[in-house]
Amino acid sequence: MKSLKNHFSLILALFSILFAVQIFIINDRALEAYEQKLSSSYSMIVVSNAAISSDTFKTYSSNIEKIDILSADEIITKLQENISKKNIELLKLSLPKFYRIHLKTFPSSYEVQSLTKTLKKNSSITRVEDFSNNHDTVYKLLLLFKQITQLFTIVILIVTVLLIAKELRIWQFKHSERMNIMGLFGAPVWLRSAVLFRLALIDAFIASFMAIFFFYGISVSTWTADQLNVIGIDITIFEWLSDGSILLGVAVLISILLASLIVVGYKEEA
Amino acid sequence: MDKVIIAEELTLSYNKDETIINQANFSVDSGSFTFITGASGSGKSTLLKSLYGAIKPKQGSLVVGGAQIKNISSKKLNFLRQHIGIVFQDYKLIKEWTIEKNVMLPLIIGGFQKSVSEQQVHKLLSHVKLNHQSGKYPLELSGGEQQRVAMARALSHNPILILADEPTGNLDDYSAELIWNLLEGANTQLKTTIIVVTHHIPENMKIPYKHLHIEFGTIYEVT
Repeated sequence: MKSLKNHFSLILALFSILFAVQIFIINDRALEAYEQKLSSSYSMIVVSNAAISSDTFKTYSSNIEKIDILSADEIITKLQENISKKNIELLKLSLPKFYRIHLKTFPSSYEVQSLTKTLKKNSSITRVEDFSNNHDTVYKLLLLFKQITQLFTIVILIVTVLLIAKELRIWQFKHSERMNIMGLFGAPVWLRSAVLFRLALIDAFIASFMAIFFFYGISVSTWTADQLNVIGIDITIFEWLSDGSILLGVAVLISILLASLIVVGYKEEA
Repeated sequence: MDKVIIAEELTLSYNKDETIINQANFSVDSGSFTFITGASGSGKSTLLKSLYGAIKPKQGSLVVGGAQIKNISSKKLNFLRQHIGIVFQDYKLIKEWTIEKNVMLPLIIGGFQKSVSEQQVHKLLSHVKLNHQSGKYPLELSGGEQQRVAMARALSHNPILILADEPTGNLDDYSAELIWNLLEGANTQLKTTIIVVTHHIPENMKIPYKHLHIEFGTIYEVT
């Protein structure tokens, strides 16, 4: 029973770490998808007296994905009833050119300011509408969310590292007695620590399978799908192969590190 | 006769200020039975620990089974210990292992085949009258029974040397007699060298033995 309790505490500590790791992965994935969504809906409007080519625009920033030329035909059609054809032609010539700039990624406030400034350096550009007020609000909210999640992950990691450290002391005490007895009968270090590594690996496998099934359960639940629909993003919460491998890898790495620390810290009783 | 242990000017201590054994000279013949006696705190157990390399000599030379203990490598020490059987006063059984597995420990370390090991373990457990308890764990047994398990473990790999630290110190008469019989049997039938640290040498010893006594850090032979 006591042994089960010791196993359970390491499994719980490992599970907490894996939980934090997967939350970090999901958060990163969700933010990336959300940024992509924002970037596709975000654009800047540029008004210019002269025609500017897409290539010229792209020299201003590597983040520019494409340029749409906004047509003035709709306004001109409305004016056709009251203005003569000749004047319409004159109006067409005197009207400025309107461009919509689409970006590859959702820009930071600094990037928006910088691009606006660069564009304004072009003497033919008379106005740049960057919708900075709206952009700033969304961007700051995104930044806040990112920071809160990172903080949450760090707190979980610190707590679990403390749990692991406590576990290390328990294991050191528990296993050093057996290792010492085996040493008295001439067992080499690898044989003395074999049981320890086997137990640590078993716990790592149990913890990672628990985490894998937990997140798989979440990924197929309708509640999760509903939440993602509300935000309007489409992401995979848990990818069997890649995420599963990461979780298993992290658990195995931590448990091997824990067992190695015990072996390194082991001193033979005189 | 071959010497299993040769100590020359052997000095043992745990720290700089206190010397436990001071410039001792003695030897133990192969296949002999030796008792080490002395008052509590005289250094009997310290001497025994030095024989399996748990304490290194501060000065002098100590050769056990042909290996110089003072500067022995961990690999050679492991090899030496694989040929020694040790019986401790506090048994030193692995609590989470069954009796059978505890007795099998030296055979596992020695890399013996499982079937050979199992056969040997069952034979030894029947010698110590514990065959019916093989699946139990050490804490489920009495002190006397645990010491009999420790004795079976010390004999399991047919060692060249058995070191026993007060093996019958806390035992009932039945278990004590069983332990002495096993030690005598190993010595006479298998020619195993036996060294026993004890307060009292049993009066009914049937075999010849050597008696080393420790007093004030000095070891001398009692004749």
